[in-house]
Amino acid sequence: MKTSVNRRSFLKASLLSGGGLLLSFSVPASMLNRKSGSKAETVELNAYLKIHPDGKITIISPNPEGGQNVKTSMPMIVADELDAYWEDVTVEQAPLDTDSFTRQFIGGSQAIRRGWTSLREAGATARYMLMAAAARGWNVPVNELSTNSGKVLHTASNQSVTYGELASAAANIEIPEKIQLKKQNEFTLIGTSRRNVDGKKIVTGQPLFGIDVTAKGMLIAMIVHPPSFGLTLKSFDDAAAREMPGIKDVFPVNVMKEDYQRQHFDTCTFQEVIAVVGESTWEVMQAKKAIKAEWQPFESHSIRRQSFFGDEFTEDIPAGRENTSDHNATITSMASQKGTIVRSDGDPEYAFKNAAKVIERSYSAPFLAHNCMEPMNFFAHVTDDKAELKGPLQKPEFTERTLSERLKIPLEKIDIEMTRLGGGYGRRSYAHWLVEAAVISQRMKAPVKLIYSREDDMTSGIYRPAYHATYRAGLDENNNLIAFHVKAGGIPESPLYANRFPAGAVDNYLAETWSENSNITIGSFRAPRSNFIGGVEQSFLDEVAEAAGKDPIEFRLELLERAGRDPVGKDNDYDPQRYAGVLELVRDKSNWGRENHNYHRGVAAYYCHNSYVAHVLDLSVKDGKPQVEQVCTTVDCGIVINPDAATNLAEGAIVDGIGCAMFGRLTFTNGTPQQDNFDSYRMIRIGEAPKKIDVHFVLNDIDPTGMGEPPFPPVMGALANALYKSTGKRLYHQPYITELENKGT
Amino acid sequence: MATFTLKINGTERQVDVDPSTPILWVLRDHLKLTGTKYGCGIAQCGACTIHLNGNAVRSCQLPVSAAADNEITTIEGLSENGDHPVQQAWLELDVPQCGYCQAGQIMNAAALLERNPSPSDEDIESAMNGNICRCGTYIRIKKAIKKAANA
Repeated sequence: MKTSVNRRSFLKASLLSGGGLLLSFSVPASMLNRKSGSKAETVELNAYLKIHPDGKITIISPNPEGGQNVKTSMPMIVADELDAYWEDVTVEQAPLDTDSFTRQFIGGSQAIRRGWTSLREAGATARYMLMAAAARGWNVPVNELSTNSGKVLHTASNQSVTYGELASAAANIEIPEKIQLKKQNEFTLIGTSRRNVDGKKIVTGQPLFGIDVTAKGMLIAMIVHPPSFGLTLKSFDDAAAREMPGIKDVFPVNVMKEDYQRQHFDTCTFQEVIAVVGESTWEVMQAKKAIKAEWQPFESHSIRRQSFFGDEFTEDIPAGRENTSDHNATITSMASQKGTIVRSDGDPEYAFKNAAKVIERSYSAPFLAHNCMEPMNFFAHVTDDKAELKGPLQKPEFTERTLSERLKIPLEKIDIEMTRLGGGYGRRSYAHWLVEAAVISQRMKAPVKLIYSREDDMTSGIYRPAYHATYRAGLDENNNLIAFHVKAGGIPESPLYANRFPAGAVDNYLAETWSENSNITIGSFRAPRSNFIGGVEQSFLDEVAEAAGKDPIEFRLELLERAGRDPVGKDNDYDPQRYAGVLELVRDKSNWGRENHNYHRGVAAYYCHNSYVAHVLDLSVKDGKPQVEQVCTTVDCGIVINPDAATNLAEGAIVDGIGCAMFGRLTFTNGTPQQDNFDSYRMIRIGEAPKKIDVHFVLNDIDPTGMGEPPFPPVMGALANALYKSTGKRLYHQPYITELENKGT
Repeated sequence: MATFTLKINGTERQVDVDPSTPILWVLRDHLKLTGTKYGCGIAQCGACTIHLNGNAVRSCQLPVSAAADNEITTIEGLSENGDHPVQQAWLELDVPQCGYCQAGQIMNAAALLERNPSPSDEDIESAMNGNICRCGTYIRIKKAIKKAANA
């Protein structure tokens, strides 16, 4: 069998067994700086395109699907360059191939952005090889040929041949060094709305999710974990539990050994948990209740970790059982002290001293739980020499290394198959539950499915941190913004992005940061850090615009004009023109200035994950209750692959953002989360969602960027600004529902 | 342990389980009908919604002993070919994102339309209030129910 490999473009062509073309390619989307170097010289192929003799095309999508629609949108990019007939295309989810996978990853809204060029090159290369095969057969030059919907055409001789008929011959064509990609106006699939390729399976209840996995002889495992952060296992009595029907074993699981150097996503909620293993979920749930465990406070300690980029550091974990009231006191204290200055432009102190007007406001938001509708779970079958795992996770390339260490099984003997994710939002990046499942299976010498109860899921989370920010703005006598100061911090992580707008637009700018350690585990949550700072910054700017007597959109546009014309400082990480572009478009699309007088209107705009979003949110008040009537949204995420799917993502992010800002809250008493299920943790429900959302995309030819996260942060600002219009009172502390109730609206 | 005969999606199935076992876990663990989802276990999220004699119920709160001798329909049995008007509307409007809650949403919506063939916005909001979607697909859910109502 002839195999052609092109190292430059990371492509490999071969003949499919049974005939047809197999083109393997790489989606070099890894954000990892791999230090090992062991694979540096190896072509890492993680995606496949198969053209079968019957004309059917299979595209293997490498990225895990958790609702961002990549399983549809990424293959659309390949199929467009290939000029395939979309109905001939089926899409499969790639398993994790431990030898070769680079980035199978949800996080940072980067899948499309980082996969864009390689996906296109793969499709275009296959198309060229099919054309070259046809040219050989007809004995005509390739440049006389064209393609259309799965066929190669020779117009001059009025001949055509299907891709299926050419596929085997194409496998023998040399992969071209250079490949011509389509121009934007030549796209036929990209920019058209295509339905979710798994839609039918979802609406008929097919087993797509990790929690649906089953295997012969499979046991069910659940955990009992410390009731409070700050506690660890002392001892337990499992005598009663062991006697209960269907129960196979009860034992402690040390999730990550203490000397183990943890990687970036190795955040582990509790070091030691008790595993309860049995024949069925209900029986295990009952046995859990029969375990009498004693817990003890742990000492302050530190763990060795690696950052996302591979740098080693030590993380300090303080002892103690923390309270939300203590957190609030810490925040008040830290906010009143000087933080670490991260950026300073001009002379902020002098400017504030000489300002005609100074506005200072503080904002806060609590811890949040991810609350993926599918609770954490994973299937594991670990034998003496290998480990097979199956389930939902966001960062398999990190997790396989952790597993290898923990199980003492070589990396190449670990096989992780990815299922659809019943939501991720960052939570499934931290796969300690996968390690738990694997360790339990290793001990039981049997296939095991570990399931977290909803209570376990919510009370042993890797939460969104608690955040705080104080803003100051100085206006001169002509109401120009001459000084801007942000001091932001959090427990245990700061939300600050010092180089984001309005940095670059104000002559005198100061950014300070602080953080305070905690033993409550935190991690990525849809649009990390932005999910707080984006919304509150936009609330503050709204208030400053009002103090300056300016229209809030006009006020922002003036600042952006300044940042574009004569930017202050360096490293401003946004494009002022694109930022202004979404604001101008939303002003137009929302009929700004000509709104329905029964509605109260707020605007916000933000940049994150390489995309720009603006919202205008209208709400009404009925019987004292605010109701979001409509949201007009504009997005600049470059070329839009699948407009309806992108619109769905924006709608979801808006609903989720309103829900988190309005209702989301996780509080602690003596280290114990006070919300443990959906009766106490309030989630947005259908009647609280906006009645209508209109999403408009800025049309341009910029390569596509993030979509899952960017609409989420700014809607919180638009909501707060609209609520202010309805009540006359500014809101500073999330969840807003509490502040509204306290203010007696 | 006790033996129960259940009528599920038009077929009789026998299971030998503890009488207190919720029908949710009988479906998922014993009968391998995993379309019905576990979400909260306390009837607060709607992911486990099934039909009991045509009415939408939370299967996490329904003991198997109370379900025996009743007609049970799960998402797998809502239609023979996945073409119930609600399922079709869900596909046409491409409602799901992650998809986990959608079986429960669809079962609840189908039961709503059975008793109220042309629901108003308020009817839909009230009937669907118990079904959480963390991805936030509520707007499309509402549109799809209206589309199915007019089908």
